[in-house]
Amino acid sequence: MILTDLTIAEARNMLIAGDISSVELTEAHIRAMEATSSLNLFITETCEQALSKAKKSDTQRLSGNQGKLEGIPIAVKDLFCTHGVMASAASKMLTGFTPCYESTVTKNLWNAGAVMLGKTNMDEFAMGSSNETSYYGPVTNPWQRINEPKVKLVPGGSSGGSAAAVAARAVMGALGTDTGGSIRQPASFCGVVGIKPTYGRCSRWGMIAFASSLDQAGPLTRTVRDSAIMLEEMAGYDAKDSTCINIDVPDYEAALQKNVKGVRVGVPQEYFLEGMPEEIRYIWDKGITWFKEAGAEVRDVSLPHTKYALPTYYIVAPAEASSNLARYDGVRYGLRIEGKDLQEMYENTRAEGFGREVRRRIMIGTYVLSAGYYDAYYLKAQKVRTKIADDFRNSWKSVDLLLTPTAPSAAFVQGEKINDPIAMYLNDIFTVPASMAGLPAISVPVGLSSEGLPLGLQLIGKPFDEELLFRGAGLLELAANFKEKPRLAA
Amino acid sequence: MSIDHKIIQKIALLARIKVSAEEREELASELSNIFDWIEELDKVDTTDIDPMTSVVQASASLRKDNPNDGGYPERIIANAPEAVEHFFTVPKVVE
Repeated sequence: MILTDLTIAEARNMLIAGDISSVELTEAHIRAMEATSSLNLFITETCEQALSKAKKSDTQRLSGNQGKLEGIPIAVKDLFCTHGVMASAASKMLTGFTPCYESTVTKNLWNAGAVMLGKTNMDEFAMGSSNETSYYGPVTNPWQRINEPKVKLVPGGSSGGSAAAVAARAVMGALGTDTGGSIRQPASFCGVVGIKPTYGRCSRWGMIAFASSLDQAGPLTRTVRDSAIMLEEMAGYDAKDSTCINIDVPDYEAALQKNVKGVRVGVPQEYFLEGMPEEIRYIWDKGITWFKEAGAEVRDVSLPHTKYALPTYYIVAPAEASSNLARYDGVRYGLRIEGKDLQEMYENTRAEGFGREVRRRIMIGTYVLSAGYYDAYYLKAQKVRTKIADDFRNSWKSVDLLLTPTAPSAAFVQGEKINDPIAMYLNDIFTVPASMAGLPAISVPVGLSSEGLPLGLQLIGKPFDEELLFRGAGLLELAANFKEKPRLAA
Repeated sequence: MSIDHKIIQKIALLARIKVSAEEREELASELSNIFDWIEELDKVDTTDIDPMTSVVQASASLRKDNPNDGGYPERIIANAPEAVEHFFTVPKVVE
């Protein structure tokens, strides 16, 4: 038995039965992290702390006091504040920043008994779709093209390190964040499951802010059940985040027992793009067939403002980012580059501390919020955002779930899109609309492209109906029976 | 929408980011391209549409205005690039 091939659910059951210990499980994953070190998955590894937590966890279990993730080794995207462990957001600006507090979501996971193996690589401040904007260098996708195994592929982004670490069997599950697709697109590129819950389901406290009206934490795992187990522990009300909603978190794992008979599944016609690869259409058609065979009612729906979601996002998200990232001033934390006066110290610090894409987005955001342009861009975008959210609200009158592809392609080659911002932004064309409306959405791996790379399908649900999302995702997982393993896995 | 190097200079000043002359030209062309693409939004009729200002339909929860945290200045300045006792320091701003 290979411990790193176990799912979280399997490992949990074996830990409860006393078949394995958390120390054994954690050691196996530390070896896997070493074996996959060339992929550049981690910014900070915390192996020693992990082992001491695993020991405690094993003792705790003997005393009969155990959390739902007791002894399970996972990784955390380096966007979360972790007490005493650097949180860099993959930026030079925050290199060395060691939080004196713990984010709510990670605290919830540690309270449930999870063991942290390290902090994963990501796009700088979560801005990117390829994990190439990291100050710590790009992450390599553990998947390779069959005919070109030497070509290095991107894992997607911005939670690229988390998705790749799960796919490479270096960790059992990982924490990611999603602003416009940053969990779902890398999940699709790396052949893993990733869910962005409803906006307000997880606390954003202690998560380094990018675009506050869009940011949500979520898990990346190898199975739908594992995502259900992790999200249940992460989610919940937190008075420290005023946008966190005070409603009960259901038993997500239990929801998986229900089938999808009679569930109404919508296929949004606007997601059929001219020139979309045949393989993407093929897996989408398959998904439709699987739902029909399972007794769901599949029908076409229209979301007329879909094509405006991406340009709207590229006003709203940079605007919020320019405001959020104003805090990096060289005074209270992070990098400081001196200048002849205060103004120059700010300017030098921010020029040196932020990478190219982050500077670009701060500039866009500053521009759309500046006097004379606010109404034309920012206010206009906020109004279009209303129409995008209205499209979804209208669709819920006739359907319960929406089925779409997750990304318009499989993983692409490192360096291919990094100098073409719009080409890079188009990666999120299918994931951004749900983000704009704050809706929960999940990506499930359903097959391989002709090049041998994983492809994912996305389900979008009603607000706070993650249970139905998990049921639908469970059906896709069962029907697709995706068992492939990347060649560069541990 | 064409963004020239003068607009870039103005935005850079507002954003407090030093931009070299060479970068100004590059950014002008990149941002022009991005705003050409964003221009698409002009096609959407937004007459009488309210701007979306909140994602979740919930009123903000209120609490009593009592201090419930704090009292640890050493933790607050722990990550400061420069600090003197319990103060952040900045370059001299008053002559």
